[in-house]
Amino acid sequence: MKVLDGRKKQVFRKGEAPFEFDCEKQSLAGSVSQRACVFCGSRVVLYPIADAVHLVHGPAGCAAYTWDIRGALSSGPELHRLSFSTDLREYEVIHGGEPKLYQALIQLIERYRPEAVFVYGTCIVGVIGDDLEAVCKKVSALKGIPVIPVHSEGFKGTKKDGYKAACAALMQLIGRGPTDGISKYSVNILGDYNLAGEIWIIKDYYRRMGVEVVAGITGDGRVKEIERAHGAALNLVQCSGSMNYLAKLMKEKYGIHSLQVSYFGIEDMAEALYGVARFFKDAEMMKRTQELVSGEIRAVYPKLLEYRKALAGKKAAVYVGGAFKAFSLVKALRLLGMETVVVGSQTGSKQDYALLKELCDDGTIIVDDSNPVELSHFIREKNVSLFIGGVKERPIAYKLGIGFCDHNHERKIALAGFVGMLNFAAEVYQSVMSPVWQFTPRYMQSETRGDVHDECSRTVCP
Amino acid sequence: MMNAHEPYAREVTINACKLCNPLGASLVFRGIEGAVPLLHGSQGCATYIRRYLISHFKEPVDIASSNFSESSTIFGGGANLKQALQNVISQYRPALIGIATTCLSETIGDDVRLILDEFKREYGAPGRPVLVTVSTPSYQGSHIDGFHDAVQAVIQQVASGGPKKSMVTIFPGMVSAADLRLLKEILIDFGLDFLMLPDYSETMDGVIWDTYQIIAPGGAPVSKIRAAGRSKAALQLGRCIRRQQNAAEYLAERFGVEGYTLGLPVGIKETDRLMQTLAILAGRDIPRKYQEERGRLIDAYVDAHKYLYGKKAAVYGEPDLVLGMASFLAEVGMVPAICATGSKSGKLAEELRKLLPESEEGMTEVAEGVDFEDIRMLIERVRPDVLIGNSKGYPLARQYGIPLIRVGFPIHDRIGGPRLLHMGYRGTQQLFDRIVNALIRARQDQSPIGWSYI
Repeated sequence: MKVLDGRKKQVFRKGEAPFEFDCEKQSLAGSVSQRACVFCGSRVVLYPIADAVHLVHGPAGCAAYTWDIRGALSSGPELHRLSFSTDLREYEVIHGGEPKLYQALIQLIERYRPEAVFVYGTCIVGVIGDDLEAVCKKVSALKGIPVIPVHSEGFKGTKKDGYKAACAALMQLIGRGPTDGISKYSVNILGDYNLAGEIWIIKDYYRRMGVEVVAGITGDGRVKEIERAHGAALNLVQCSGSMNYLAKLMKEKYGIHSLQVSYFGIEDMAEALYGVARFFKDAEMMKRTQELVSGEIRAVYPKLLEYRKALAGKKAAVYVGGAFKAFSLVKALRLLGMETVVVGSQTGSKQDYALLKELCDDGTIIVDDSNPVELSHFIREKNVSLFIGGVKERPIAYKLGIGFCDHNHERKIALAGFVGMLNFAAEVYQSVMSPVWQFTPRYMQSETRGDVHDECSRTVCP
Repeated sequence: MMNAHEPYAREVTINACKLCNPLGASLVFRGIEGAVPLLHGSQGCATYIRRYLISHFKEPVDIASSNFSESSTIFGGGANLKQALQNVISQYRPALIGIATTCLSETIGDDVRLILDEFKREYGAPGRPVLVTVSTPSYQGSHIDGFHDAVQAVIQQVASGGPKKSMVTIFPGMVSAADLRLLKEILIDFGLDFLMLPDYSETMDGVIWDTYQIIAPGGAPVSKIRAAGRSKAALQLGRCIRRQQNAAEYLAERFGVEGYTLGLPVGIKETDRLMQTLAILAGRDIPRKYQEERGRLIDAYVDAHKYLYGKKAAVYGEPDLVLGMASFLAEVGMVPAICATGSKSGKLAEELRKLLPESEEGMTEVAEGVDFEDIRMLIERVRPDVLIGNSKGYPLARQYGIPLIRVGFPIHDRIGGPRLLHMGYRGTQQLFDRIVNALIRARQDQSPIGWSYI
């Protein structure tokens, strides 16, 4: 396989050459990037806010493809699971879509009584020149709720620019609410989207430490909570790609410190709790945290060791949206005795990739904004037993007879927290150790090569 | 008169019952041997459509994008499109690239044909794939329009005439991979040489691989598409297709091919029409195998007729799927009480009137251009016994406690969407059994006794 000329600096093999890595570029035309667009970036970040109406101003497709596609759960209202669009037709493309948008907003607000509305601009809105700002302002004044334009025209950059547009929209909410009564030991959780209920696991840990969570941004999100987020003492940022920018804006405007955390894997999860305890410099809290961590680890560790026995020495490939997720996955796989030999992301930054390089072993392929041709080649070359990615990577793995774990928006299994690590290990185990691979050509070829197989160790776990 | 339902006046679409045009076009291009679809627009269009198709087909679906930036939006996407073509050729070595436009490239007014002419001159002939272009702005129509427009574009831009051959060309419409396989089996059993366009029966529902295939094997061969103008007959399945989208009509007018327009062969009556047409074209009787399938199907109709009589169904999806289902439901004594589609063919009510018996008049709500909120209101009013349509109706099935028989596209909440068979006597048999059993199950579950026999 030949890597396209325009992409050569986005593929690196550790140990082979000086590290000159390119990233944060517009995808190469015709390369079949796994990325989506600016709109997608905004839509995924704001999606979990469950008591807001999310109105896509554009043709039907953009809204239809994002209808109820994430596993982002809500403990209450579920407005976010509906798909609203202005379904622009030729008439509006010619005459402008503002009147239709105005009517749509009025109708939606009267019917659903949301706490706020997000209006997403799509490609053609950017071209026909609808004044989203003006329409939103007018409706907001009339109806008395925040109606916030999200400048997410698909062509105006990459998915990462969509994250920024979403953060800018969130800043319009933050600061509107009262902050009285908020504990001095308080945090906002940024960049957890409550997939499969993960933020509930995390919130429970912080509650047991004595820390108040002011707002989940945006997991199980509520408008009124986000409006009070400026009252928190600390921002905890997971998913660096989407939320670092919001943390930066909140630091500038409200002086709130932030901490990079990851809730995935034993080490990172523990550090996410200890880091908070250290920040608040409270000895009692630190003690509670230590008890919590050791109790949780005691509960999952023996079982993890069993999985490790079966999985040790197997190789994995990781290709995810944000690079921060990749760090945690490399570490978590290592805990299971597995080696990551291919790792990449859609939106990583230069620092992210430098860190990945440090974290990985020699020979590991590091890749930015990859595509099916490259990914399928790399996973075959490295002969991995497991591929971790999203929906678009799944069939690449399955077609070649390789185990797969979804680490993206659609998953229904909680992977965060200590219990999440156990879920993750179980899923990896169930996929890698499944007997179905014995029928696949990949397995049969490796058998003729005399590779050792080990489904016999399946007895280890139920 | 049948009740033609107008969507209630609102400016907002709630849970659309349609997708955008480039999705339909991409699916068609994936049904051509050695072809790669390329969307001329933002990266997101290609990625969303890939994701949506993958969730149904569970197969790799590569769709390239010309990946517009802000400057291409201002100065035109010509340079991007040419670079995309160049990169697709160098990565995939395709036999054909199918270029579909998007809202964005249509709105800024890119002249794709002109760009392609330039590209052809600059690239030269050697090693250059066939390039087909179709206009698919999603502010006109929906995914089914994109599908039919792409079939028509391929035929218009690739097919040529000449002395007639024995080949029959069939345009199956947007049906499942299993339906396509069945159609091919039928054509082979009739001893017919054929072109089926598109044919994604293997490319989108293939076997496990030993090495990665950057273009999935299978699909309608380009050489046969070239010869389509020399077919002795062309069949378009789908009665709700507009005349200018009907590729069989085009072949008839342009090359004097004998053209037929039939419905999707769902149920006995519509399948009979297809089989009789094929028997005439092949000059032979309907093979015994199909006569037996037909006989068993009628036997099953009789066995189960009491469970179905008067039961009301809500059917939704593409117009021709709805029409085929309604025709089948009526022949087993059910009432297609709601016939809804997010598309606007303008023909669904008229075609239903032709196919449904007079006794059904006044019992069927026909709704075109609707979303799932409109369908919900119809369900509220009509209270059907069963829903028949794609996975996106599941929230309504759950809300109202009505069984959902999954048909069509997308099937996102079950395994095996591409393997669902809807057509022919065999497909009707499977559909029939699923519907009867869903109704029996609903009755059994509600019964205080809980019979273990029926």
